[in-house]
Amino acid sequence: MSRLLRNSLMMLVVMTVITGIAYPLLVTGVALLVFPGQANGSLIVRDGKPIGSSLIGQSFTEPKYFWGRPSATSPQANNGMSSGGSNIGPTNPALTDAVKQRIAALQAADPGNHAPVPVDLVTSSGSGLDPEISPAAAQYQLGRVAKARGISDAQLKLLIAQATSGRQLGLLGEARVNVLQLNLALDALPAH
Amino acid sequence: MNANDWIQIALSLGVLLLLVKPLGSYMALVFADTPNNVAPNKVLRFGQGTEKLLYRLCGIDSREDMGWRHYAVAMLAFNLIGLLVVYLLQRLQPWLPLNPQHFATITPDSAFNTAISFASNTNWQGYGGESTMSYLTQMLGLAVQNFVSAATGMAILLAVIRGFTRRSAKTVGNFWVDMTRSTLYVLVPLSLVLALLLVSQGVVQNFKSYVDVPVVQTTTMTEAVKDAAGNPVLDAAGKPVTKDSQVTTQTLPMGPAASQIAIKQLGTNGGGFFGANSAHPYENPTPFSNFLELLSILLIPAALCYTFGSMIGDRRQGWALLMVMSLIMVPLLIACTSAEQVGNPALSGLSVDQHATALQAGGNMEGKETRFGIVNSTLWATYTTAASNGSVNAQHDSFTPLGGMIPMWLMQLGEVIFGGVGCGLYGMLAFAVVAVFIAGLMVGRTPEYLGKKIEAHEMKMASLAVLIPCMLVVVGTAIAVMMPAGVAGVANPGPHGFSEILYALSSASNNNGSAFGGLSVNTPFWNVLLGICMFVSRFALGIAMLALAGSLAAKKHVPVSAGTLPTHTPLFVVLLACVVVVVGALTFLPALALGPIVESLMSAAGH
Repeated sequence: MSRLLRNSLMMLVVMTVITGIAYPLLVTGVALLVFPGQANGSLIVRDGKPIGSSLIGQSFTEPKYFWGRPSATSPQANNGMSSGGSNIGPTNPALTDAVKQRIAALQAADPGNHAPVPVDLVTSSGSGLDPEISPAAAQYQLGRVAKARGISDAQLKLLIAQATSGRQLGLLGEARVNVLQLNLALDALPAH
Repeated sequence: MNANDWIQIALSLGVLLLLVKPLGSYMALVFADTPNNVAPNKVLRFGQGTEKLLYRLCGIDSREDMGWRHYAVAMLAFNLIGLLVVYLLQRLQPWLPLNPQHFATITPDSAFNTAISFASNTNWQGYGGESTMSYLTQMLGLAVQNFVSAATGMAILLAVIRGFTRRSAKTVGNFWVDMTRSTLYVLVPLSLVLALLLVSQGVVQNFKSYVDVPVVQTTTMTEAVKDAAGNPVLDAAGKPVTKDSQVTTQTLPMGPAASQIAIKQLGTNGGGFFGANSAHPYENPTPFSNFLELLSILLIPAALCYTFGSMIGDRRQGWALLMVMSLIMVPLLIACTSAEQVGNPALSGLSVDQHATALQAGGNMEGKETRFGIVNSTLWATYTTAASNGSVNAQHDSFTPLGGMIPMWLMQLGEVIFGGVGCGLYGMLAFAVVAVFIAGLMVGRTPEYLGKKIEAHEMKMASLAVLIPCMLVVVGTAIAVMMPAGVAGVANPGPHGFSEILYALSSASNNNGSAFGGLSVNTPFWNVLLGICMFVSRFALGIAMLALAGSLAAKKHVPVSAGTLPTHTPLFVVLLACVVVVVGALTFLPALALGPIVESLMSAAGH
């Protein structure tokens, strides 16, 4: 019995050293050496200070910015400390109500735009931190942002294209537009 | 479904199948059965020195061969001590190092649940990783269990395989050697490679404190006011009082995530580093990271089929089992994708575009990430519940009724469609024993499988392995819906609320770990109920399978004769698939009818 306990306990200690200490330290060491930017959170740095991460979405509600995916995190949207989805079921009336409100908010910010809203712009994301929207969702907002900023559609299309990634390797995933990068590029435009 | 859906499904399954043989052959070398466990080949001689040192440190005699009881006792002792350590790490974390966010101690019921959850390879999570667990707890507690619980599954499988290969033997192998070799030769090297590939895509890996960044646009948040006891304050009309405040910063969580995510995927564990699991952009940032994480869910369980065939000296037997698994999984994958791609009928009357075009994935996007769209979310939902992984990259609770029923039913099939690392295949072998028994009844001959006679004792053990999880799901669900504390956690009204409970019990009792996340499960009732289900399912099943291994090993080999039922033919593949499906359908159809099926009918009728 005592031999069994010794075997078990020592085996756990040895496995902890290998898989719980050596393994993560080795990965961290190599990762920081080879991929320092990625390992540290793909931070966007300006003047030596991090001003966001290209992988983590932020909230935008003003007409002059592109809006990202709705986020169900609490207490505030896009809360990095509490990732997760809404977990609202497909037949729950709360879902239809939330979607109606989001459509209303989008239309209030852009009167006269009666096109159907791309579904990703009115449904909350899985993580609550989704940094991206579909190209359709960017196109839907193009007119509003161009008007609010007083810039041409063509200029805006160029900026959208720069923030767009196609399917990875031409096959994987979906095409998407990074909202934070796009909005930072907008703010960086010289004022008129 | 559109062309893109089909291409991505074919690519994912194709690459998986290409890797089955190379990894399967490699594992057959690692697990070669030799007298006294001496290193018989190049692969094992490579790590011989490390292994010897390790066994000496632990006082283990690697030449010792164990009977099934001895093997089971070693397995239990090792797992129970691991469980205790994880419990203590959580309870003591405020006083231990590597806790830069100063997280408090975990409550006893939550710590109990999480300790069992990780030791049983379930990785059910009642907590949110970024706001509860210190880096030390994640590394020394949770990550270590990710490795050793997967290695335990492989060890039990090896004992069962030896039950078939050994003749008139009293022993089934050495637990310590099996566990060590599974970890050192399979799990650690694969995890190292995967972790670095994931970092290259943007998965975080550091020991920094969380980073505060200023947000580009200040927004307003509305929060309920709470009194000192944490209860919401109500105004004169009985409505909760709220206050508005400005959000000017965002906190970005950090930590050694990639190393843990690699083993979480490869070891069919599934416990996320962050609350949103692999939907979190720091856990699964790109479509390529998603492709790799998807592949790693099924990689070892699929390759083990080949290893099994190789070890018993008839590769066709391994391929046959792999075919059974694919035969069940692929149609369910297609059904799930179609259901989600169609979208949610509740939104069709609104000004919303749910069609798939070149510019958007369309479909039911609630709870899904833009970069994954529909097909990568349903691929994940199917893989993660076919295997007992339980990680998610989309929120299953928000799937359409039928789209959400498929992951639930895949778990209810007993986690044998690929299943967990090791345990999926030994579960499937239990079903195979049942299938040859049924075939034997039909033709009136004593059933045999892989040269061993299947008699009353083997049938009892196999039946236990098949029925224990079924019983836990059904009885557990009944208890939960009858108790106010069980129903209190439900988040969605109507039949969907019942689905949330049924999903939770199916997940825990089959050691999966995924959830319909709306259910509030971090309560004493749920933590204890699900903890018990996870524990009984994992260890009672493991012991039953070891008992089966012991009695098979003691038997003589029966040579193949004209009356032997061949178990590598398409006929047997179909028979075995039918047995798995029929057990799952008969047991769970009534319960499913009350949840997702009725919800789907309501949804179609516009309610």
